[in-house]
Amino acid sequence: MMVAEALALSAVLFCIGVVGVLTRRNAIIIFMCVELMLNAVNLSFVAFSRMYGATGQVFVVFVMTVAAAEAAVGLAIIISIFRHRQTVDLSNINLLKG
Amino acid sequence: MLLLQEAAAAGAHPLAGSIAEWIWLVPILPLLGFVINGLLSLTSVAKTGPSNPSAFHAHHDGHGHADGAHADGAHAHGALGTNGHDEHHQDHHQDHHDEHHAPVRHRYAGLVSIVGPAVLAAAFGLTSAIFVALLGAHPETPFVTTMFSWIATGDLHIDAAFQVDQLSMVMAMVITGVGTLIHVFSVGYMQDDPGYPRYFAYLNLFVFFMLVLVLGANYPLLFVGWEGVGLCSYLLIGFWFTEKANADAGKKAFIVNRIGDFGFLVAMFLLFANVQSLDFAGVNAGALELVSGGALVTAICLFMFLGCAGKSAQIPLYIWLPDAMAGPTPVSALIHAATMVTAGVYLIARSAVLFSLAPVASLTVALVGALTALFAATIGLKQWDIKKVLAYSTVSQLGYMFIGVGVGAYSAGIFHLITHAFFKALLFLGSGSVIYVMHQAYHHTGNHDDAQDMRNMGGLRKFMPITFGLMWIATLAIAGIPPFAGFFSKDEILGAVYARTHESTLASATWFGIPGSVLLFAVYAMGLAAALLTAIYMTRMMLYTFHGPNRTGEKERGHLREAPWVMTAPLIVLGVASVAGGWLNLPTFFPAGPIQALHHWLEPVTGSAALRITNGAEAHLEHTTEYMLVGIAIAIAVFGMSIALTRLKPASLVSKAQSPASEGFERILEEKYFVDEAYDRAVVQPIIGVSRSVLWKGMDVGLIDGLFVNGSAYLARGIGWVGSRLQSGQVGTYAWVLIIGVVAVLGAFSLR
Repeated sequence: MMVAEALALSAVLFCIGVVGVLTRRNAIIIFMCVELMLNAVNLSFVAFSRMYGATGQVFVVFVMTVAAAEAAVGLAIIISIFRHRQTVDLSNINLLKG
Repeated sequence: MLLLQEAAAAGAHPLAGSIAEWIWLVPILPLLGFVINGLLSLTSVAKTGPSNPSAFHAHHDGHGHADGAHADGAHAHGALGTNGHDEHHQDHHQDHHDEHHAPVRHRYAGLVSIVGPAVLAAAFGLTSAIFVALLGAHPETPFVTTMFSWIATGDLHIDAAFQVDQLSMVMAMVITGVGTLIHVFSVGYMQDDPGYPRYFAYLNLFVFFMLVLVLGANYPLLFVGWEGVGLCSYLLIGFWFTEKANADAGKKAFIVNRIGDFGFLVAMFLLFANVQSLDFAGVNAGALELVSGGALVTAICLFMFLGCAGKSAQIPLYIWLPDAMAGPTPVSALIHAATMVTAGVYLIARSAVLFSLAPVASLTVALVGALTALFAATIGLKQWDIKKVLAYSTVSQLGYMFIGVGVGAYSAGIFHLITHAFFKALLFLGSGSVIYVMHQAYHHTGNHDDAQDMRNMGGLRKFMPITFGLMWIATLAIAGIPPFAGFFSKDEILGAVYARTHESTLASATWFGIPGSVLLFAVYAMGLAAALLTAIYMTRMMLYTFHGPNRTGEKERGHLREAPWVMTAPLIVLGVASVAGGWLNLPTFFPAGPIQALHHWLEPVTGSAALRITNGAEAHLEHTTEYMLVGIAIAIAVFGMSIALTRLKPASLVSKAQSPASEGFERILEEKYFVDEAYDRAVVQPIIGVSRSVLWKGMDVGLIDGLFVNGSAYLARGIGWVGSRLQSGQVGTYAWVLIIGVVAVLGAFSLR
């Protein structure tokens, strides 16, 4: 029942997210790519739940909850960084180094 | 109480329940003296700091005057026992003004003078009582009292136990008896020393350890005493440690003795590994299981003899004893002549069973003893320091004792040990009172000359008649003139050597290819030669010290007088002992008296071992042979003394300052065959070199400091540097590393 297709879509979405995280420097876009990876995983959970029962769907609810919390905190951090530095370009934000 | 009940339960021993149960008190008494005198010494350390500056300055100013300023005797006798090398002496005296600003007498001197000798006298009294009890019982087996279990681990069980038997009690009698006399003498000799309580504390501690050494019922306890007396020897040699030469002499004695102790320890390890016992009874029983004459028992005995050679100053480890003369003279008498240095002889007599099973080791002991006796006697011929003469004489006489115990005449060795304790203590104490008087005289006039050099003495018989007479008695004794003590003991040893050249296990053994009988003849010849030299150098010492004109100096002569009674009284007692000591063990041909008393007395301890050496028969010489040997011995002694009396001219001797340097062989003797220099080149300098270049620069600085300490720090810093470069703060970089890692892990899993 299209599980393979759903998993393939999930993998594509995940890879797009990974590439976005690796290549982009804007914090907002990286953040969106992280969300994309989370949702790709959610999609594969849902797909697997067709085969193995409802556990996967329960996990999706959890992931969405965590993602919501993460979005709130992450966006707050990004806003405060912007207020401080007038930029969200991560190549300029490297204070935590050895 | 429990111990008494146990002993009573064992029951069988005749000494159980007698006064011998109190044997533990004998060493405890000197220990008590050590504690009391040590505490008194500590209190004064706190008091004699710079807490009283006014007194210090007053005294200090006093020394600003000319030398006559200390004619008041207000300054202590630190220089009394120094080596007195001229080059040191001048500076040394200057130092004194600053060092010894202490009061004349120590504040607790009176108490110390009572406690120090009193504990020894009490110990002597108790030992005598036990000795009498032993004399009455004369048991065949030793009486052992166990204090407590000392070491118990696995198969090893060692008790803190004391053994009362004929040998240990004879030794205890000598130690406490001669020790008491020397303590009394010290009261006079050390009276003005600022370290008076410290001196007596050390001396009491020494006697405690010495008694532990001879009374201990097993080798480890003996070793405790062995090390303890070494410690006290070190402390007392360096008693005047502000002078570097004295401190160095102490260190030398301590370090040389460590070489010997290594041998003793190895011997103990071998014993325990093969006999599974370390107490004397167990070892004596277990030794009989060993292969007689085998490599194992020979190795045990040779390692044990290495320990003896260190403690008893035999070749090649004798070099520390002459330097040990840096200590106070009573210390030289007690530790470095009468008791501690004879510990090696005691150890061999104690291990007689082992040595009797190892003829090769016994021959080695006898040969080393003979070589040492001869070698040291030649050096004694040309020494000018009165104490150095006696030091080499002691080394030589110790060699004699080792000849005795080496040829299996254990009672003869112990006999010479006892008589030597009498006459050598007398000689040392006599030289002590000579030095004391010389020093007092020089002190009065502020002269810096050497108070120990015989070239500065001469003609002292007029001033010190008592010391003069007593020292002549001791000289006749050591030279072997009958009827003095040394004649009997020395003759006993030489006779035993001669008797064992045939019909003994030693004679039939071969020593590195040399037949034992040939070797024993050589030992006998060397013993005779050493006896000749002994007579010569002792007569020389007496001639230069007491006869001829006085060379002390015009001004000083008026201050020469006999030492106080507290110093001469012990000399008189020792003089009587030096005359009568021979009666302890009269030879068999003697018409009357207690024939061979000591020999029979020691039979339960060493008798079976001595019989094993002589193939079961009592060593016996024909009376005609014996008369001949005695005749030779007396002739040699008389010949030696007459050589010295006719050849040496004390009248033509000049004082040390005007003496020309000697040349040729005389110089070699005076410089002690340059043995110290040779050891310095061959051993000390290489060790210093290796220590400096390999151990210090290589191991310590290079390996430990460099590689381990700093190296690990550099390594941690390097790793940290790499880590800090990785942490760039670029989130993108981190993400890349993360992804590469994930891909690598997944790849590894999928390819597996």
